[in-house]
Amino acid sequence: MTELLALETVALESVAVDRDTPVRTAVELHDGESWVQVCELDDLLPGRGVAVLLGAEQVALFRDPADGLHALDNRDPFSGAQVLSRGLIGNRGAVQVVVSPMLKQAFALETGDCLDEDTAPDGSSANLRRWPVRSRPSHAPGDGVREP
Amino acid sequence: MTLKDLVLVGHGMVGQRFLEALFERPHDWRVTVLAEEPRPAYDRVHLTSWFSGTTAEELSLCPPAFAEENGIDLRLGDPAVAVDREAGTVTTRSGAVLRYDTLVLATGSYPFVPPVPGHDARGCHVYRTIEDLEAIRADAARARVGAVVGGGLLGLEAAGALRAMGLETHVVEFAPRLMAIQVDDGGGKVLRNAIEELGVVVHTGAGTQSIETHEDGAVRGMALSDGSSVEADLVVFSAGVRPRDQLARECGLSVGERGGIVVDEQCRTSDPQVFAIGECALAADGRVYGLVAPGYAMAEVAAGELTGAAGSFTGADTSTKLKLLGVDVASFGDAHGTTPGSLDVLYSDSRSGVYKKLVVHPDGRLLGGVLVGDAESFATLRPLAVGGAPLPVPAEQLILPASEGGAASKLELPDEAVVCSCHNVTKGAIRSAVAEDGCTSIPEVKKCTKAGTGCGSCLKLMGGIVAKELEAAGVEVARGLCEHFAHTRSELYEIVRVKGITSFARLRDEHGTGLGCEICKPAVASILASLGNGHILDGEQAALQDTNDHHLANLQRNGSYSVVPRVPGGEITPEGLITIGEIARDFGLYTKITGGQRIDLFGARVDQLPAVWARLVDAGFESGHAYGKALRTVKSCVGETWCRYGVQDSVGLAIELELRYRGLRAPHKLKSAVSGCARECAEAQSKDFGVIATAEGWNLYVGGNGGMTPRHADLLAKDLDRDTLIRTIDRFLMFYIRTADRLERTAPWLDRLEGGLDHLRAVVLEDSLGIADELDQMMARHVETYQDEWAAVLADPQRLRRFVSFVNAPGTPDPTVRFVPERDQIRPARPDEDGHVLIGGASLEVRTR
Repeated sequence: MTELLALETVALESVAVDRDTPVRTAVELHDGESWVQVCELDDLLPGRGVAVLLGAEQVALFRDPADGLHALDNRDPFSGAQVLSRGLIGNRGAVQVVVSPMLKQAFALETGDCLDEDTAPDGSSANLRRWPVRSRPSHAPGDGVREP
Repeated sequence: MTLKDLVLVGHGMVGQRFLEALFERPHDWRVTVLAEEPRPAYDRVHLTSWFSGTTAEELSLCPPAFAEENGIDLRLGDPAVAVDREAGTVTTRSGAVLRYDTLVLATGSYPFVPPVPGHDARGCHVYRTIEDLEAIRADAARARVGAVVGGGLLGLEAAGALRAMGLETHVVEFAPRLMAIQVDDGGGKVLRNAIEELGVVVHTGAGTQSIETHEDGAVRGMALSDGSSVEADLVVFSAGVRPRDQLARECGLSVGERGGIVVDEQCRTSDPQVFAIGECALAADGRVYGLVAPGYAMAEVAAGELTGAAGSFTGADTSTKLKLLGVDVASFGDAHGTTPGSLDVLYSDSRSGVYKKLVVHPDGRLLGGVLVGDAESFATLRPLAVGGAPLPVPAEQLILPASEGGAASKLELPDEAVVCSCHNVTKGAIRSAVAEDGCTSIPEVKKCTKAGTGCGSCLKLMGGIVAKELEAAGVEVARGLCEHFAHTRSELYEIVRVKGITSFARLRDEHGTGLGCEICKPAVASILASLGNGHILDGEQAALQDTNDHHLANLQRNGSYSVVPRVPGGEITPEGLITIGEIARDFGLYTKITGGQRIDLFGARVDQLPAVWARLVDAGFESGHAYGKALRTVKSCVGETWCRYGVQDSVGLAIELELRYRGLRAPHKLKSAVSGCARECAEAQSKDFGVIATAEGWNLYVGGNGGMTPRHADLLAKDLDRDTLIRTIDRFLMFYIRTADRLERTAPWLDRLEGGLDHLRAVVLEDSLGIADELDQMMARHVETYQDEWAAVLADPQRLRRFVSFVNAPGTPDPTVRFVPERDQIRPARPDEDGHVLIGGASLEVRTR
């Protein structure tokens, strides 16, 4: 257990360093009732995603190379695992996509639609729900950020 | 339809080819095959490779189901002993009497043993069957000196085999030079020098007078006609072969004065119901052919005759190209200049052991030639000599080295030129396979024309012809990596290397389009990593890695990861085992032993990975790179240290190799193994590079593969010392990394490599491309700059931030990663098992929710 505690301390310290910057950009997701700040833009690596816990639901949040933000269900409909945030993003033709790390199906970042299949093995739709996402300047970092 | 009975006597290479040709066409034959040997037809041409590990099964030419599928009654070990032509029957050794409508004799030949005193002493052998080789190997284990009688093709192969088994080796040749039939005096001299350099003692112009024996009847030496003697406790006779025509003689068929069953151009004997093919036949041109290609041609003709396809055998090209004891030897056409008025063009450089002679007609046509030491141009020259077309360039340009204005490699062949002489396929036929039959690759052309499926020596030439034809046909072979790059992986590698590119963004801006995808991003990341661009999770590279590389662990079906610490060579201390066990227990992980002699820990959540690794790194473990397209393991058997049979320290070498190549990023994963003796318990021949200990050093095998398309590795080099072995592997790996396609294992890469194994050997052993220094330096740099990826992550807070379950709740485990118990461990819960789920705790054993 000691190792884990040490790691969390490290993570908090790195946030503390960020506090020196006066203005930062907060990233917010809409959970159906209100906007919830989930992280800061700096927490997101261009070209990759992170997982967000919104109540009992999981959202995959991506920052594309042009700093656009996209939020989709984190659950991969083909494996049932919550892993889409770990997929690689890129483009297929004109469509920006995330590719499932599990079995490589592609999903459009803009619409959540699956480009490879219509339905998942359990018969449900293979398309993902899109979550509203926005960013805005924040002067009070850390408020409600670390705990949902 | 009434079936007619066909009896084939003999199931050697030619017999098998006859059967294949017969069953290719509609026919009404019921076939019985009488074979003397205990196994179906096998490849006698490559018999010697049995000594270096090729098994009898691998040498087999007859697929296990072949007889059954074609309704053949194949009787192994029951040869024909008599033929009654009047009754139309054959009697076998077991006493069976078989009726035939047509009889085909493919009895082959037998090794000629000079009738000198003592020729049948204990320790005397011939070199013809797998059983002969087994007997030689058994005797060689007790022998110190071996002598081969006969310095022809087979004799030199036998000498090479004896040498490889560690025997002091002598070759005794009656003629004044080695390979008297194929090469001339000049070529023989160069060949002799090369072979003597390998430590084989050569006696030419010397006949064997007698074999001397000990009192117990075992061989102790031989007396030669020049008055000298050779002490030897093993003798191999390979003084030529004689056609096996006894069966034909006894039933009254015509045979030649000097042996051989007389046949006409359709391979019919003096009895129209009886055919003879291969080495037992005296062909219509009055010759007995001891080569496989003419035998195959006869088999095709006879099979055609029996299935209504016209053909004739009027003689054959006896060109040969082979590598004897590492020396290229080739002869083609009129090699000895027997054509009246013929002229010679010579190039000889005894410093580098190269001798080339062309025989030309005064009108400029090429008649034949001899090549020793460098037979690269054989594939181009032979068709020219056989085709008889006037030479397109002056003859001297065909044998001079390229640096001196030689032009052999650029020569354009006429369509009539025979490219594959095993199957008699012309350049025109290969071109039409592409242009008319729509073949777009070498494997397709092979299937369509059979070219290149015999000895394989024409594959390189074929590759050039096919590529050119595809280009001419305007077939654009989609070679690009993906929609973002029109270049192949190896081209991108060269671009990155030459331009010193260090980012995906720059490579894409200058040579690609779009944002990239799941194909090109990891491929480019791998190239950048192969060329040594720091930690794979730094800067932009982090965004390129697929999830396994990004989390330095292997994603499993429920979103959890597995962890594999490196266990070099599979050697691990009890403390190491205990530590791994404790960590697995403390984190509630499922453990399993892998095929690569390590331990896989399953069920770690992404947020647990750093803590698991902190414990492993603390205990001295490093990343095993199970997640990467990189070196996985170097498996080993326990070797000489413990094993009664081992001859070298295989574990020590495996550890050294694993530590040297750990972390090396490649187009695909790399697996390796080291076996301590020829019993091969480490299964090195199924690896990308495998090493097998010999009494003299190490044999290096490359291009092996298990998995979906298994492939046995090819022997790249023999009896290497440790330093040479490592240097050779360094170059092999770097050359592969440089030239392979994305996700192309070494096995398909080697199959595709132009020039194949010979080319690879030339590159890594002889530096034919002049890149060896560069390859060496790249590997040196890899070894110098290696760092453990996990230790580096743990030391860097920025890198550690990636290992959280949720960006907004880093301490909360993913509640959907659930496990249930099975056989006293955890396994991922199925969707219908939500009732009693367990969660793998951060530092606790498996517990219920």
